[in-house]
Amino acid sequence: MPAVERNGTKLWHRRTTGRQMAIWFGWLCGLALFLYCWQIVSEATTWFFVWDAPRIAGDIGSRMVPPRWSYVDKLWQPLWDTINIATVGTALAIVMAVPVAFLAARNTTPSATFIRPIALLIIVSSRSINSLIWALLLVSIIGPGVLAGTIAIGLRSIGFVAKLLYEAIEEIDHTQVEAITATGARPSQVMAYAIVPQIMPAFAGISVFRWDINIRESTVLGLVGAGGIGLQLQASLNVLAWPQVTVILIAILMTVLVSEWVSAKVRHAII
Amino acid sequence: MSATSFDARRWRPPPLIKNRHLRWAVGIGAAVYFTVAIGSLEVNWMRIYEGLDRGWAFVLAFTQPDFTSRWQDIREGLTESLVMTVTSTVIGILISIPIGLGAARNIAPLPVYLLCRGIIAVSRSFQEVIIAIFFVAIFGFGPLAGVLTLSFATIGFLSKLLAEDIEDIDRSQAEAIRATGARWLQFMNYGIQPQVMPRLIGLSLYRLDINFRESAVVGLVGAGGIGATLNTAFDRYEFDTAAAILIAIIGIVMTAEYASGLIRARVQ
Repeated sequence: MPAVERNGTKLWHRRTTGRQMAIWFGWLCGLALFLYCWQIVSEATTWFFVWDAPRIAGDIGSRMVPPRWSYVDKLWQPLWDTINIATVGTALAIVMAVPVAFLAARNTTPSATFIRPIALLIIVSSRSINSLIWALLLVSIIGPGVLAGTIAIGLRSIGFVAKLLYEAIEEIDHTQVEAITATGARPSQVMAYAIVPQIMPAFAGISVFRWDINIRESTVLGLVGAGGIGLQLQASLNVLAWPQVTVILIAILMTVLVSEWVSAKVRHAII
Repeated sequence: MSATSFDARRWRPPPLIKNRHLRWAVGIGAAVYFTVAIGSLEVNWMRIYEGLDRGWAFVLAFTQPDFTSRWQDIREGLTESLVMTVTSTVIGILISIPIGLGAARNIAPLPVYLLCRGIIAVSRSFQEVIIAIFFVAIFGFGPLAGVLTLSFATIGFLSKLLAEDIEDIDRSQAEAIRATGARWLQFMNYGIQPQVMPRLIGLSLYRLDINFRESAVVGLVGAGGIGATLNTAFDRYEFDTAAAILIAIIGIVMTAEYASGLIRARVQ
């Protein structure tokens, strides 16, 4: 620890003066960047609307109550669609993600120089693009509907499932693999008896976790026309039917809570 | 494992679900569900067939993305997205820290704890897009609505993880600081903060990354950022421009992930 001599007494400091200055300068740069960004946002904002916001918020709030409960009858079909999009989409993602994960894991990839980067690129591309954007793309390719939503959820989830799965594969206990190999097992047998049993709990946990996230994401896919309860939300918002919006939001909230509960239960049972 | 596992001819790897009846029930249930669910997908094969050309055009567009003809729009959209990311992450962190402290059971009194946990639950339950729709309705079109949306979403993420981290701290260090007669602020500063700081920095960087990705989405409903440009490109079937935007997003996300990995490795 550096010391500064002042009036004959030594004062201890945590950092040297130069380092202290460097840290202070770092904070200054960060603050300047933030203020610059804020200024850009501020310039693009119509502040009149912002000052008016509390009144508008109150207005929307008063229109949203009481909820139109009778609208629930029209929501069962879209809710069923939403759950299907999430579940079938997750299944689709798992089917595609498992091979990608094995190609991406350092200890199982056939070629670390050629195939692994491709698998990692697939993972990153899938993860970087939100499911809504995937849905937007698929709606313009295969038309609006539940199918587009399902495929969007599937494509989006590949990255997530594959990333967590390949990390689990890389963390397996190597001695078991060696033991099975020593018995003269073929590579497929090593896979089946040494690797798969070790990653099975992680795999099931990841799948359920992603399913839970997908339920949330599939509730909004309808905003771009990809089916599910989001379609109803979009329709109600377009005609400013705020009491219906309240019912839809409550339905979404309930679905999310139930899926979270199911996912927590299942993961608890597995681990 | 039962005794049969010693019988060499009959040995099988132990199944994931031990109860045999439950295993069959889950298997059959899943099979029935998927049959029904896939059957309920209304697949319009004609429409898909027509769309295949467009799909192929999109794949081709990735090989020759068009950055130039809409460069002005792309540049403005990306700048706005980045600006929104930085602003919302900073505001989000500033708000999440007090809420995170309040949501940690070991340092907060019960009423504060319940209030903060309530805020976190609301923030986590709804997708960013839904929040964005409301903020656009309330604050008008533009990046401010996006910034507020992302800040709000950041609270749910960061406060929750921060609170969990604080609940897991080493109590003895905190006790030692308290035993010196430290005031509340000193207790936070010397007893709690050093223990959670590395993780907080890591989570903040991770959230910066997420906020950039989400900023591409909130634009779809008019809350500023690259999303609006992307939406227009898709609506006009300008797949080469859309491909360029997606490549730019992927590139920025990869760079950010790599950079935050380096910083996190140094901090932790």
